[in-house]
Amino acid sequence: MRRSPLVTALLVVYPVAIAVLIGFALSRGPEKPRVAFLNEVPSGQPFALGGKQLDITGARSTLCSQIDCIDVSSEQQARDMVQSGDALAALILPHDLIDKLESLGSLNPTQPVVRVLVNEEDPVKARLVDDRISALVTQANLRLSKKVTRISANYLTLLLRGGSFSLLGQTFNVLGLENTQHILEAVRRELPKSSPFASALDRVVSFAKLARQNLNLANPLLSSIAHPIAVRKDVVSGSPPSLDAFAIAVAATVTLMFVTVLLVAGSLALEREENAFSRLTRGLVSKSALLAEKVGLGIVVSIAVTLLMLAGLSLFVHIEWGRFGLILVAIVAGGAAFAAFGAAIGGAAREVRASSLLAFMISLPIAFVSLVESGTVSPGLFDVIKVIRAIFPFHPALDAMSGGLDASGPELGLPVLHLAILAAVYAVLARLALRRFA
Amino acid sequence: MNRATSNGEVVIETRGLVKRFGEREALKGVSFEAHRGELLAVIGPNGAGKTTLLSILAGIRNPDGGAISRPPGEIGWVPQQAALYRRLTVAENLRLFARLERVADVDSAVEGMLTQTALGDRRDDAVGTLSGGNQQRVNIAIGLLSRPAVLLLDEPSAGLDPRQRERLWEFVLALAGAGTTVIFSTHNIAEAERYGQRLLVLADGERLFDGTPRDLHAAVSEAGARDFEEAFVAFLRDRGH
Repeated sequence: MRRSPLVTALLVVYPVAIAVLIGFALSRGPEKPRVAFLNEVPSGQPFALGGKQLDITGARSTLCSQIDCIDVSSEQQARDMVQSGDALAALILPHDLIDKLESLGSLNPTQPVVRVLVNEEDPVKARLVDDRISALVTQANLRLSKKVTRISANYLTLLLRGGSFSLLGQTFNVLGLENTQHILEAVRRELPKSSPFASALDRVVSFAKLARQNLNLANPLLSSIAHPIAVRKDVVSGSPPSLDAFAIAVAATVTLMFVTVLLVAGSLALEREENAFSRLTRGLVSKSALLAEKVGLGIVVSIAVTLLMLAGLSLFVHIEWGRFGLILVAIVAGGAAFAAFGAAIGGAAREVRASSLLAFMISLPIAFVSLVESGTVSPGLFDVIKVIRAIFPFHPALDAMSGGLDASGPELGLPVLHLAILAAVYAVLARLALRRFA
Repeated sequence: MNRATSNGEVVIETRGLVKRFGEREALKGVSFEAHRGELLAVIGPNGAGKTTLLSILAGIRNPDGGAISRPPGEIGWVPQQAALYRRLTVAENLRLFARLERVADVDSAVEGMLTQTALGDRRDDAVGTLSGGNQQRVNIAIGLLSRPAVLLLDEPSAGLDPRQRERLWEFVLALAGAGTTVIFSTHNIAEAERYGQRLLVLADGERLFDGTPRDLHAAVSEAGARDFEEAFVAFLRDRGH
């Protein structure tokens, strides 16, 4: 143990850290999605459907028991929260919501629309948001459709049995299909074949006309039963690639990471283990040149391995090889950052086994953490995740790869710049580590 | 015994070398000079500063004080542990380092070293499969690729059996006989006496002695030392080490 204090420390610290993380996650249970909630409905506006008062406050409480509602005061605030990842989505109830909801119980229904703002950073998050929002809207629609169905049934009963109803201040008397049947049967029984039956026929004709009109009015009413509330989704930011392209990007980035980091960390540490480092750096090769050579080796190997992997995948899924140049840029940028990261690990660990272990132990959790979506964990925890994403190459490499593989993916410029900065920083750290390498 | 002889031309010289590692002073103003074709043994107890001195002469470490005069680019360095790529063959190792040394004719230099080290029949064997003695020969051969004027050997015979040691010294003596200045450190006092034309004795970073083995024997106050090793221990004891 004393011969390799770094390995010993890793072996002790790593399981403890993982245990703490898992314990923390299990003890907290699943997080409710954080949704910014903007209610533009005038406060105190009553809500009645089919003549019955409904509790809008209770409906809000029910909604917010299923999601973590964060009340916001403006659409801009909601938009900012979604964009920054503080909220998974924003739900905006428009000021005319109640009017439109109430119209569902009338003969002139207008479908209410709620707005949802989302940040679709990647297709997994896009799907997650869609699932969450559609589940909420489906629940609300189910409740409303029960009430609307009851109103519709009243109208249908009116058409069947007859009665009166009011529209625009006028009262209409509806004969009803049953009464029509009775009248027609009576006419048929009482009148001789040659007798004039103009009066009764007038009533039948009048009813037929009104019945047709009533049935026409019922059509939009019935159509509103299935989905009383419509959702309009606005994507605040993000243009996710297809799920296939994203899955390929994840697979390629994970491969790129492990191959490059392990190779460079191991090969640099091997120079020291084989005692070649001191001989090489004694005027034959400068330490910086040796570092550059290792990073260059990492980039070359990462290009070969990742392209080979993509070629293999293209046998099963479609890869846009027309974007080869962009894919290559993404691989080179990612490879450079991972290689420099590996060099820093190799320089710090100084032993092949320790550096391989350290590279694996650091890279794997970072890859997992980088895939956590904003809005699915608490803001404090996500802030930590954002820092991890910023200082390790996995997330920008994934963005670059997604952007390289799919036109609808993220822009390539920013992640490539991010990777270039990380490559430079880790190269400096690796160079500093080489000062105590011999 | 085949003893090499030096011709008096100074090829490497140090004046007041100082090296510190934190608070500890590993070298305290060490001065010496070595001549062309000379075999100089650097001896001393553990922690005396032998490897530190050789690594400064090789250019691996920089001194914190003092001055060195050495032929630029003409120093061959052979570290204590074989600095070789174990998965590469003997010839591949030689070729790689010959290229890095920017040797004009790489193939000729490799063939020359294979002949000189008598490893021609093992040229295609991976270095990791060689015996410790043969690995050390490859290690030295790499140090000689650029035909340096000065060859630095850090404990070259450590870990070798007597037969391997004998072959190693035959090889080194031949180098010195051809005019290469060889400076080697060793814990083996008998070896220093046998092969070193001059001894540089270090203890706690200080130079205690610079002269021939005979001079050192003579400098011991305690009479009746049975052999050179006893005389050396007595010498150190006399000087408080």
